[in-house]
Amino acid sequence: MNAPADLPTLQPKDFKSDQEVRWCPGCGDYSILAQVQKIMPEIGVRRENIVFVSGIGCSSRFPYYMNTYGFHSIHGRAPAIATGVKIGNPELDVWVVTGDGDGLSIGGNHLIHTIRRNVGLKILLFDNRIYGLTKGQYSPTSELGKKTKSTPFGSIDHPIHPISVAIGAEVTFVARTVDVDVKHMQGVLKRAAEHKGTAFVQIYQDCNVYNHKAFEFATDRSVKDEHVLYLEHGKPMIFGKNRDKGIRLNGTTPEVVELGKGVSPDDLLHHDEKCAEPTLAYLLSRMRHPDFPEPMGVFRCVESPSYEDLLMGQIRAATAKLGPGDMDALFNDGDTWNVD
Amino acid sequence: MSTATAGGQKRNGKSVRELDSAAVRFVGDSGDGMQLAGTQFTNTSAVFGNDVSTLPDFPAEIRAPAGTIAGVSGFQINFSNHDIHTPGDKVDALIAMNPASLKANVGDLEDGGILVVNVDEFTKQNLAKAKYTNNPLEDGSLKNFRVFEVPITRQTVDAVKQAGVGAKDAERCKNFYALGLIFWLYDRPLDVTLRWINDKFSKKPEIAAANTLAIQAGFNFGETAEMFPVRYRVNRAKLDPGKYRNITGNQATALGLITAARLAGKTLVYGTYPITPASDILHELSMRKNFDVRTYQAEDEIAAFAAVVGAAYSGALAVTASSGPGIALKQEGVGLAVMTELPCLIVNVQRGGPSTGLPTKTEQADLWQAILGRNGECPLPVIAAQSPADCFWTVIEATRWAFKYMTPVFVLTDGFLANGSEPWRIPAYASIEKITVRHASDAATFQPYLRDKNGARPWAVPGTPGLEHRVGGLEKADVTGNVSYDADNHHKMVGLRAQKVANIVHEIPPQPIDGPDSGDVLLVSWGGTYGAVRTAGQRARAKGRKVSHVHLRHMNPFPANLGEIVHRFKHVLVCELNMGQLLLLLRGRYAVEAVGLNKVQGRPFMIREITAKIDEVLGAK
Ligand code: SF4
Repeated sequence: MNAPADLPTLQPKDFKSDQEVRWCPGCGDYSILAQVQKIMPEIGVRRENIVFVSGIGCSSRFPYYMNTYGFHSIHGRAPAIATGVKIGNPELDVWVVTGDGDGLSIGGNHLIHTIRRNVGLKILLFDNRIYGLTKGQYSPTSELGKKTKSTPFGSIDHPIHPISVAIGAEVTFVARTVDVDVKHMQGVLKRAAEHKGTAFVQIYQDCNVYNHKAFEFATDRSVKDEHVLYLEHGKPMIFGKNRDKGIRLNGTTPEVVELGKGVSPDDLLHHDEKCAEPTLAYLLSRMRHPDFPEPMGVFRCVESPSYEDLLMGQIRAATAKLGPGDMDALFNDGDTWNVD
Repeated sequence: MSTATAGGQKRNGKSVRELDSAAVRFVGDSGDGMQLAGTQFTNTSAVFGNDVSTLPDFPAEIRAPAGTIAGVSGFQINFSNHDIHTPGDKVDALIAMNPASLKANVGDLEDGGILVVNVDEFTKQNLAKAKYTNNPLEDGSLKNFRVFEVPITRQTVDAVKQAGVGAKDAERCKNFYALGLIFWLYDRPLDVTLRWINDKFSKKPEIAAANTLAIQAGFNFGETAEMFPVRYRVNRAKLDPGKYRNITGNQATALGLITAARLAGKTLVYGTYPITPASDILHELSMRKNFDVRTYQAEDEIAAFAAVVGAAYSGALAVTASSGPGIALKQEGVGLAVMTELPCLIVNVQRGGPSTGLPTKTEQADLWQAILGRNGECPLPVIAAQSPADCFWTVIEATRWAFKYMTPVFVLTDGFLANGSEPWRIPAYASIEKITVRHASDAATFQPYLRDKNGARPWAVPGTPGLEHRVGGLEKADVTGNVSYDADNHHKMVGLRAQKVANIVHEIPPQPIDGPDSGDVLLVSWGGTYGAVRTAGQRARAKGRKVSHVHLRHMNPFPANLGEIVHRFKHVLVCELNMGQLLLLLRGRYAVEAVGLNKVQGRPFMIREITAKIDEVLGAK
């Protein structure tokens, strides 16, 4: 995105609203808010052109805390409302904040269709695998067998996998990061900000009240390097504290291999986020803890015309062909007759 | 329905009888092209200078088995030499293309009426499909009508031979043959339809030729066959001077929306999901991209309205249209628009309900849904169109309210208005009053929920420097718009939102009364029943009865003088195509002893139904 020449220099604090932040102490949302506020001055957009739209849930309080335009809407509908904002004014920089319940349960339909239309929205999915606001029921990303207030005998629902779903809808940008890895999150958010079309970011977020340590494997310093694979475009997929393990393709199935012992980095899968075919990105989305290290970073980033570009393109083309609409000509279209 | 005027003449050895008006219905299988024949007959009559009123009748299924009652499609036109308001109660002429369509429609033909049947289709098999045990052409059951058995299929196929089209295409021209015959019967010119055929099939000259041959053959058959002793003429109507076109309610709605956006200097964003009978608004608007009309076909009704809310927030004229079941899905979003006080329009093209109900049939049973159908105290203005062309003015009026009062506005039309048509006196765009829009811009004084004298909050659109603020569905603190759970604040805000909607009463002119200001019976109606009720009232007065009529377009708020009017009559008769929704609102609001005339048959009122009810109320014969 080309920053306007006279863009005022702002600080993260300029993106803090005067509202008191009301998440539970220790909630992962605080870190996400801080990182978003941190990168806002760097994305090259005037503050008045930024809009945050959210649905319902803990995460959806987010717009109140941003000193930008904000819309705290209704459950699940944030992508649909944000689509309307973008259609009304494609110049706006529109961010959607949603959660696993809001975005994937009640609003799953809108999320899928927004992604497949490639509407120019940055969608941040705060995934804590639980319903926080309603006090602890299982969510669509909760694991099978999960015991919660509404599943005392364990959940019998198979979880939905947000990145797999997004790729199924042919998302043009999809990434994953985690609440406590602040530098990584900032990097991912900036990449999302630059993307034209839908940018979908899954953020592993700790709900320390109802689902604490759900992502410990990816946040505990002592173990995370063994359980997380940082994706780098063009690079072989190597992970582990000693960078001694990698991902190799065996037929069409990925496998974890140890480097050395006849396996060199050249034998490993190399990440290609720009691959037109989403197959590799999908395969990565299927790599899940504990069988695999979970990929972090940008899974897929491809160029494709955004919905609003196509829409405005049609309007420009129609106007070029037919001229700007003339009201009287429109009224008098078709068979007319005079009465004297 | 037809009324003959004195006089007549002879032409080509056939006498021509002048009528004041006539109602004609084309019926056939849904594959027979009856809608097209009806539309062409309407356009010709309109261009000829008659007043017209139409009623298309679609089958519920897209492709019901051919030849069955379920597959019958019809189109009724009332055309006249004076101002008319309805498509007519009974018809003077029925053109039935097969047994099923005869069976489904013959009950609406006047005694002594003209019945043209396509005798070729009265085969054993087709009679069985229509569940006729005897052939009605032979069993004497049609003896009250003037029956003309015309071999339409065979004659069409013969006539179009020289165009060189295949057998199937040849047979398909039979609607034009029937149309040609009826054009002859009512002394109409062919040129409007011939022009249409040439335009429509410019890329398929052989089809154009076949249809042209068919229509001419039908016309000539009337002229030469010994069958028809008289033909009829309905002269031009004395409409107000001006330029006219024929328009359906959905077309008028679409045109009105484009006009409203232009008058307000706004982009029109139309978020919708396909639904009968509202989809034609989308079709019409999606052609108008050079008017900066941005149509959005969402994944569902909910998303369609969510996008409307987002577009309203972004500063556009944001509109959705749907029908009852779709509106039900949108209501959560409508509540959000009420809470965030964002201007937008919700058009409900009502159809028979509940649930999926009768998708292709008309009804007025969504009045409560519009006024009451949301959670919480959630008032908004409601306005109802009264005729197809009136949809144009109704959506413009709704837009004025939406912007001035920062509120979603419900617009009610119905299937009858949406698909029915009438002549529209074309206005000059420059003669229509502009729509004022105010946007907040001063950061020093801006407060998201600081109200103006009308009770409206400011509209501050994203992109305006210094006005960054947050809105949402949680209760707002007065003035600042911050989230507030304060008990007194909530009570106050509910009151402020209600007062704002109530203030719209200042936009509404005093309710006009058709007839004297007081008397024995006040007919009250609203929306698409205008024509039938108005005509019934006028006929009752012509018979010396003290009957007046009030037709409402402003359903919330009501006009200021309505309460006083209803108490000036001995009887108040509320006529609605529902089980008494306005009736209950009037009783509740004005404590008036009103009674209802209610009908939910998926069809408009007939004038005589209202007349009978007036007589009953008056205890008269
Ligand atoms: S309930 Fe969980 S997700 Fe919600 S604010 Fe508290 S810690 Fe955060």
